Amino acid sequence: MALSGLDIYKLLPKTNCKKCGFQTCLAFAMQLAKKAVLIDKCPFVSDDVRATLEEASLAAIRLVQIGTGENKVSTGNETVMFRHEEKFHHPTAIGFLLDDDMGSDKLSIALDEISKLNFERVGQAINVNLIALRQRSGDDGFLKAVSEVKRSSTLGLVLMPATAEALKGALEICAEARPLVYCPKPALLDGFAAVCFRMRLPLAFRAKDMGEFSAQVKRLTQQGLTDIVLDIAEYPVSERLWQLTQARRLAIKKSERSVGFPTMAIVETEDTSQAVCQAAGFIAKYAGIVLLKFRRPEHILPLLTLRQNIFTDPQKPLQVEPNVYPVGAAGAGSPVLVTTNFSLTYYTVLGEIEASRVPSHLICVDTEGMSVLTAWAAEKFTPDHITDTMTRFKLGDIVRHKNLIIPGYVAMMSGDLEEKSGWRIYVGPREASGLPAYLKNLPHE
Amino acid sequence: MAEELKYVEKWNSKINELKLGAAKADGGTRGKVFKVGNQASLPYLFKEGDIPFAPIIAAEVYDVPEDDWPQALTEDLKDVFRHPLDWAVKMVEEAGADLVCLKLQGIHPDLGGKSAKDAQGLAVALLKKLNTPMVVLGCGQADTDNEVLPLVSEATKGERLLFGDVVQENYKTLTAACIADGHNIIAESPIDVNIAKQLNILVSDLGMPQDRIIINPTIGALGYGIEYAYSIMERARNAALSGDRMLAMPFICFAGQEAWSAKEARVIEAEAPQWGNARQRGIMWEVVTAMAMLHAGADILTMRHPEAIRIVKAAIADLMRH
Ligand code: SF4
Repeated sequence: MALSGLDIYKLLPKTNCKKCGFQTCLAFAMQLAKKAVLIDKCPFVSDDVRATLEEASLAAIRLVQIGTGENKVSTGNETVMFRHEEKFHHPTAIGFLLDDDMGSDKLSIALDEISKLNFERVGQAINVNLIALRQRSGDDGFLKAVSEVKRSSTLGLVLMPATAEALKGALEICAEARPLVYCPKPALLDGFAAVCFRMRLPLAFRAKDMGEFSAQVKRLTQQGLTDIVLDIAEYPVSERLWQLTQARRLAIKKSERSVGFPTMAIVETEDTSQAVCQAAGFIAKYAGIVLLKFRRPEHILPLLTLRQNIFTDPQKPLQVEPNVYPVGAAGAGSPVLVTTNFSLTYYTVLGEIEASRVPSHLICVDTEGMSVLTAWAAEKFTPDHITDTMTRFKLGDIVRHKNLIIPGYVAMMSGDLEEKSGWRIYVGPREASGLPAYLKNLPHE
Repeated sequence: MAEELKYVEKWNSKINELKLGAAKADGGTRGKVFKVGNQASLPYLFKEGDIPFAPIIAAEVYDVPEDDWPQALTEDLKDVFRHPLDWAVKMVEEAGADLVCLKLQGIHPDLGGKSAKDAQGLAVALLKKLNTPMVVLGCGQADTDNEVLPLVSEATKGERLLFGDVVQENYKTLTAACIADGHNIIAESPIDVNIAKQLNILVSDLGMPQDRIIINPTIGALGYGIEYAYSIMERARNAALSGDRMLAMPFICFAGQEAWSAKEARVIEAEAPQWGNARQRGIMWEVVTAMAMLHAGADILTMRHPEAIRIVKAAIADLMRH
């Protein structure tokens, strides 16, 4: 559990000697609570206090990293049960479960399909993260497949070998890519754990319930293992949701360190539509990693979108840089529209202008990430704001006319805005979906 | 034996139980009736508290056909979407929807200006055709809805249907009609827990029993702000289970209508080949929108595509297994 500034203050010497560089012990404690300074700055804390602070500063759920470089996956380190309490930190890593006996032709097709699953929504790249390779054939076949995956993909790897020998062989090929090692059965756990400990790799394993996870984790951490992933078994969906919830709750609300690790759910259901439904639930409810067997874009895009939505910071809606943006081949005669910098609003408007195929200029006003009506009510989208933005980005130099289209919802500001800006104001549709029709029959042309 | 390692929330309250449809014995004529709500736990955590009823799906049926539907919808509904009665039968019998949600779009003065008589006639005919209750929605224009919906309510008196929506600025007329005719009511708030609560208080102050109110939290589609409703619903559920009676109403989420206005559900394949098969994409957009709402606590989903309904219906059965 994180300590407050006051909690920490109680543990400090309270002499206000200033050696730490702060005026008072309390000021120092406040910065410690924010993790803005290190405890080492105070020369007078006892080892006991230091240990208490370190224990308290440990994340309730361990942050586990898989892969290296720009495709590195971080999972864990979550702090709340509900996103409205703060936010969810590390988006569920989405991966693909591939069996090594599919044949090398099919494998390379699969890898190619997976490599195309990159999308962009509201200005953010949304991608898939992991490839999990499961051994179904002999060791040779497995190692060949490992080499193939390593050669053709830069995504994070999950190794699912059937034996300790296969694991060692696979790690000779790809250990430096920092794969997640998956232990297929309890009897192999100690051997796999020893390898992971030696090579400092994360280990995933499956257990039947929280009690069994806890007991095994205690053993493994005593052996020195630090990075663990809990694979929640394929029970009925509700039981899996229960266990995913339990792992998160026990770690966060009870500081139960023996289950304080990211979780994983493998979706093996053969019916793809049902598999999508299950995966949606696991993304919403606490899985750190979800492995899928399907990879059509029409199934993956909705799941990546859901993940993006759930993991958006509720306090900090996505925002767009204020500016005047050309849409299509916009020129000096093209229409000018204005909207807010709330990503959802901006990109919805942008999408509809693009759909209209009418080249336009889009003014994005800094409304601190609020939508049109909210920003108007909060006085962040006023004639003054709009006029300032037009001046700041020199709209007068960009187009030769003086016609401005405003969202239908703020029709009431037309008169005022006309006066302030000196531009002729046209009231556009209320909903962005009305833009294509509107732009094709512009009133001022 | 060691104590089982678990953390169970001790909720001290439950969600209200809402009855939809009245059978003969209760003064109606419905062969089939539904109950929703009455959960004593967060969604699908059966080990924490009783979850007696599965969420249900109401299939959207319009009195006048919509002219801007994408191909994925018009293809699959082309035989029926000009014939509300056939449409309703198809959705219940073929797609497996539990009931229908009749949207009286055509009473809007700009969208057909159908008369109150037409609306009454259609509602009554639908009830004759199906043995289930239904959801009845107005056209969204306050004056027209206030004029027409009470008449539809009267024409279906005693059947315990679900009428909507009432909003903070306009709730009295329809609420009074539903109280008089024994129907349930949808209270709509703009993604705001406080307004949801306030409206529930206003509606019950008029004399509507609390167990006949359902909350429409106003959802956005997947990718278009769905996370706002998701969190509002989670907040309301937590408050309700902790004892806030004025948020203890079940939720209705308009998943179909929202999902099918998303660009990702509408764009044809040629314009976005990297997004895959357009029909499937639209269906999955609706499915995942619906799934997210189920996990936030939805009790009734209104949905549009028959295939999406089939999929979510099966997923609900899957979720309810325990
Ligand atoms: S160095 Fe330590 S004792 Fe001195 S003021 Fe800072 S916190 Fe207090």
